[in-house]
Amino acid sequence: MASTLSMILYFLIFPGLLFTAAVGLLTTWVDRKVSARVQWRVGPPWYQPFADILKLMGKEIVIPEGAKRTGFLLAPLAGLAAVGVVSMILWLTNMRGTGFVGDLIGVIYLLTIPSLGMIIGASASSNPLASVGASREMKLVLAYELPFVIAIFTAVTKISPMSLRLDSIIQYQDANGVLLGSASCIIAFIVCLLCMQAKLTYPPFDIPEAETELMDGTHMEYSGPALAVVKTTQAMMLFTLPVFFITIFWGGLKLTGWGLLYTIVKYVIIVTIAVLIKNTNPRVRIDQAVRFFCGPVTVLAIIGMILAVAGF
Amino acid sequence: MGATNWGFKKSLWVFHLNAGACNNCDIEVLDCLCPKYDIERFGMKLVGSVKHADVLLVSGSVPRKVVPQLIEAYEQAPKPVAVVALGACGCTGGIFKDGYNFAGPIDKHIPVDAYVPGCPPRPEAIIDGIVKLMGKL
Repeated sequence: MASTLSMILYFLIFPGLLFTAAVGLLTTWVDRKVSARVQWRVGPPWYQPFADILKLMGKEIVIPEGAKRTGFLLAPLAGLAAVGVVSMILWLTNMRGTGFVGDLIGVIYLLTIPSLGMIIGASASSNPLASVGASREMKLVLAYELPFVIAIFTAVTKISPMSLRLDSIIQYQDANGVLLGSASCIIAFIVCLLCMQAKLTYPPFDIPEAETELMDGTHMEYSGPALAVVKTTQAMMLFTLPVFFITIFWGGLKLTGWGLLYTIVKYVIIVTIAVLIKNTNPRVRIDQAVRFFCGPVTVLAIIGMILAVAGF
Repeated sequence: MGATNWGFKKSLWVFHLNAGACNNCDIEVLDCLCPKYDIERFGMKLVGSVKHADVLLVSGSVPRKVVPQLIEAYEQAPKPVAVVALGACGCTGGIFKDGYNFAGPIDKHIPVDAYVPGCPPRPEAIIDGIVKLMGKL
């Protein structure tokens, strides 16, 4: 009973929803500030994302005429819960070494739930532009999921003995140095960064929510607290994906002494790379994006896998 | 309500609605987003969907054809929402007040919270109007 209660607390407060949302929202401020500086602007103050969420909480939810009410409102919550669970698994594994067989597969599976939630929510909103966004999101998920999984499994192949547990990947890196030191894992890491850009729907892959043509696409019909949930989920993804990549490729999170500083530096480096790619690239068309992920990126991921099998 | 109200003041998301304007006010609105003025300092940003809007920035003299769309956009915006009338046409009708298809300035159809006159209003005037609106909220 006590362990159930502590699991609920873990999920709701520390490594789970509340902590991830707070750090994720702070990271979206870093994103907006860096974007503003790149564009030679001043940018918003640090509390801006929190003010946005507070404001959205106080607003009305408009349900569009003809929308499926339940699906429309529940779909974003599924995404929020999924990211919370991913964050909890990653942090508990890093902090206390608790893991279970196949938690890596669980994490990969849960990371697609926010995209699926947006697809369901947008399709339920009975808005033509939102459904165009949903269909683009669907194609994008189908395109990037294969290279993403191959890249993650490169790390699994690289460690010995092979294991699908996150904690054994961390233990291997503690004993033998970070995986990012090997050629195959550098390639896998680059593939992961490209897929992260698509998972976050950042430019050049912000095709599902293209602001100028689809008016925010999949999010278009959300308002008030429902939009706050959508925005928070995106912010949490921005926090969780770099943490996942650090865990897999870059030695895991170390939360004591100098390790804490290194962890924060690693996190900031990954976020900054994402923001700089976002600010220096125009949006591609959906067919270009699908061709890009199914062609060069998948080939790159497979090359990394072959190198890992060959022992590089 | 205190925290929500603070958030509302600090994060006004603007939906720009062109109700028959000549595009001159619209260009000045885009100027506000540029490095020289940068209204993102105040947490404002332009949003694409009226469902995300906190401020309806309406420009134009409202010809008869646009009236239903104007009212529908106002009804679709999640409340509380503030309305700003932009430019001489939006405030009074300007040079179009005697036009054959002129259907009244904006406040004849939807409640307006702030007026920013000028043809077109300078970006400084727009920012001044928005700051006054923030004081009023």
